[in-house]
Amino acid sequence: MVSLLDIIGPVMVGPSSSHTAGACRLGLLARDLVGGTPQSALLELHGSFARTGEGHGTDKALVAGMLGFRPDDERIRTALEIADGEGLEYKFEKTTLSDESHPNTVRITVTLGPRRAVMVGSSLGAGRILVTEIDGYPVDIGGGYYTVVILAADVKGSIANVTHILTEHDINIATLKLTRKQRGGDAFIVIECDDNPGEAVRDEIRALTWVRWAMRLDKVSGG
Amino acid sequence: MYKALAEAISDAEARGVSLATVALDLESRDQGRTVESIRESLARALVVMRGAVDAGMTGDMRSNSGLVGGDAAKLVSSDAGPLAGTPFHDILIRALAVQEVNAAMGVIVAAPTAGGAGVLPAVLTGLASARGISDERVVDALATAGVIGAVIAERASLSGAEGGCQAETGSAAAMAAGAATEMLGGTPTQAGHATALAMQSTLGLVCDPLGGLVELPCVFRNATGSAIALAAIEMALAGIEFAIPVDEVIDVMGQIGREMDVRYRETAGGGLAATPTGRRLAKERLYQIKRA
Repeated sequence: MVSLLDIIGPVMVGPSSSHTAGACRLGLLARDLVGGTPQSALLELHGSFARTGEGHGTDKALVAGMLGFRPDDERIRTALEIADGEGLEYKFEKTTLSDESHPNTVRITVTLGPRRAVMVGSSLGAGRILVTEIDGYPVDIGGGYYTVVILAADVKGSIANVTHILTEHDINIATLKLTRKQRGGDAFIVIECDDNPGEAVRDEIRALTWVRWAMRLDKVSGG
Repeated sequence: MYKALAEAISDAEARGVSLATVALDLESRDQGRTVESIRESLARALVVMRGAVDAGMTGDMRSNSGLVGGDAAKLVSSDAGPLAGTPFHDILIRALAVQEVNAAMGVIVAAPTAGGAGVLPAVLTGLASARGISDERVVDALATAGVIGAVIAERASLSGAEGGCQAETGSAAAMAAGAATEMLGGTPTQAGHATALAMQSTLGLVCDPLGGLVELPCVFRNATGSAIALAAIEMALAGIEFAIPVDEVIDVMGQIGREMDVRYRETAGGGLAATPTGRRLAKERLYQIKRA
């Protein structure tokens, strides 16, 4: 559903809603996948991101997102220098992902302490984004919700346990999706929530014995 | 939100209210927010728009590539003076100013997109200042622009990569024309005609920026897009009607966009980007950015 405020917005640092604002949002989600400013980041740019990214400040916007800056933050302009000061070591490479990849796609590999995550995401235009892969699991995360991502052993009742925790905290679930690479393999669970689950919810989910890891992704798009 | 402008216009005419009112009411229902809180968000957007106009008119804006910047200031100090009236001159300056801020990585409102972000602030704040119109009514105009944009997004596209520049600065001009017509006292029906009159004049316009960067000709297309909006507003307020209904004009813009070769959809493969000078400048400037 198109909202008036999607049309009259977002407020953003220019020059391109797809190459700058969308890139910043992808950086924010990569940051959340390791739970803070990464120590290292490899950014592999595909298609138009690789071709015109520098002129559009895509490099600055991706790094700004990883530093936790939102798309309307004027520090985006100097994000590369700020990253040097914050100890974020980033490296850009040009790559060619699959033919089906959207023209504005980036694969981001981030580490923070023992946490490492690989995310593939695209900027679809008008600042809208879509994360299509996390650690090799296919996902479709648009960033318009507070999202909980969980990697768990594929045990019966896992969903019921997690949804119970969310209900206890009065968190309404918008969408819930579970994927596996193979039967009996680990389950990758993505839950998009209307309300902000907060760290307490994340920690309760992490305490479940069959959960390997759980992360909370901020809402990065929409009003 | 509405999927046809005709539907919004007939709702507004039936209730004897503005397009802004029916748009805000429906948005409130769709999103579960109060009209007041939606107006607050639009008012914040207006503050950012005015900030970008001011920054571009007074600051020294240069894009990463150096391809654009400093032209709003040239118009401000031009000896040739306003040829077609002061508001027209002022609106051209404002459009260039916002788009120069955008190219220089300043803060703007992507309304409807970053590439077409100069038109709405230029036309709405320029006319508001010329006619002494209150911020409250400019916020209403942003709601009107929003419903027009939402219908275009639904039926066609707002993205140059999808539909060429007609979808981006063309849509911006159409939104500004409809919104400002209502802001200046036009009826919802007249706002619909203004939207159609603006959009018909950018049909087929290709998206051909040098190097694929939102700079050249985007900065100038925002100025000329604003000029088209002004022409449409003046005609619609005089009671001129466009015979093809506005939703059909929007539909055909979408169709032309889908039929447009990929070279003309933000890929820098055709149009001005593919001229000998366009290619040379893009190559030089992109090289310069990499070295910086």
